[in-house]
Amino acid sequence: MDRIPILKLGQALLVTIQVDMHDQLATALEEDLAARVVSSGARGVLIDISGLEIVDSFIGRMLDNIAAVSRLLDADTVVVGMRPAVAITLVELGLSLAGVRTALNVERGMALLSLSMADWGVGDDEDGD
Amino acid sequence: MSDSGTRSIADFLAAHEEELRDSWLESMKRSGALESGRVREAELQTQCTAFLRELRSGLQTGGTDIGNFSGVTELLSDLSRSRAIQGFSPRETALFVFSLKQPLLDAVGGQAALSADGALRPVWMLLDELGLYTFEVFQKSREEVIVRQQEEISELSTPVIKLWKGILALPLIGTLDSQRTQVVMENLLEAIVDQGASIAIIDITGVPTVDTLTAQHLLKTVAAARLMGADCIISGIRPQIAQTMVHLGVELSVVSKATLADALALALSRLGRAVVRVSQPAAGAGS
Repeated sequence: MDRIPILKLGQALLVTIQVDMHDQLATALEEDLAARVVSSGARGVLIDISGLEIVDSFIGRMLDNIAAVSRLLDADTVVVGMRPAVAITLVELGLSLAGVRTALNVERGMALLSLSMADWGVGDDEDGD
Repeated sequence: MSDSGTRSIADFLAAHEEELRDSWLESMKRSGALESGRVREAELQTQCTAFLRELRSGLQTGGTDIGNFSGVTELLSDLSRSRAIQGFSPRETALFVFSLKQPLLDAVGGQAALSADGALRPVWMLLDELGLYTFEVFQKSREEVIVRQQEEISELSTPVIKLWKGILALPLIGTLDSQRTQVVMENLLEAIVDQGASIAIIDITGVPTVDTLTAQHLLKTVAAARLMGADCIISGIRPQIAQTMVHLGVELSVVSKATLADALALALSRLGRAVVRVSQPAAGAGS
């Protein structure tokens, strides 16, 4: 069965979703992530959904669940790179993902995680001037 | 009604085309078709000639079903569409076809053979039908104009402005209905991606009333922007509107500032910036 790779970057886990999610894939990702957070002792989870073009309520719920599970395991979740159409769809579905932090791209997401993790040295001035 | 009847009318039209056209023009002039100055006589004459020619060729095929007169209906729809855009009144537009009836009746009345066998009756009904058709196209064209204008207005009234690197402003003007919210939301989210903005200021100085529905639309926009990783600040809530919102129990659980300037100051400070005075203003400039 296909699985979405989970990369470890320092104290954070990076998940990049490049394919259209189906429900089974989403459930598998939820389980894998929970296991990896525990086994790697990660303090942050970064989910890049810039490749995701289609969402439904199930995927929205999945993002919420991942955030809730990670919080229980003492890791912050940041969702980055959401497309405008996806954002509108989620809002129309009534899923505003209140428990999830968001950022425009991976770089800013890392910067956001570093705010809550003092020993994490990524993310300086974001607009570089 | 017989095909031969309509054909004989067609023959009659062929024989008396110019005569009929002139009396038709005359009757239109009497009804004031040229008074508005929107159409010249020569132009009207060309239209009349073309109409009579198409009508005749339609009649020659026999039958007076409007489906046989595609040439005529095409001509009429062009005519009434252009008239709708030029701003003709409905009366002027409908008059084009209806003013043919009297001259036609007069001309045919002189011909005992034609008026006797009732050949004119179906043609009469056909002309009524064509008149209605003209009016329908006219109305449709006017509606198209209105729809286009509505779209343009909604485009015009939802600009997204870059105030600073990473700070966008969205000055809303006019009522926020769900359709406009959609446009506003799309524009804002596209701009956030394009410019990599992290703060968006929604200024509602130009929104006349905020009821529960408008507030819901605003909150939706804020939620969508947040999902993209941008924070929203709402500014420009007028005192009366603030009172109304409190009375209605509308709650905007978003940072809000009284003016756009305050919101910009907050946005800048969140980005670690501030506006400072670099020197004393020149004497007398500040008073």
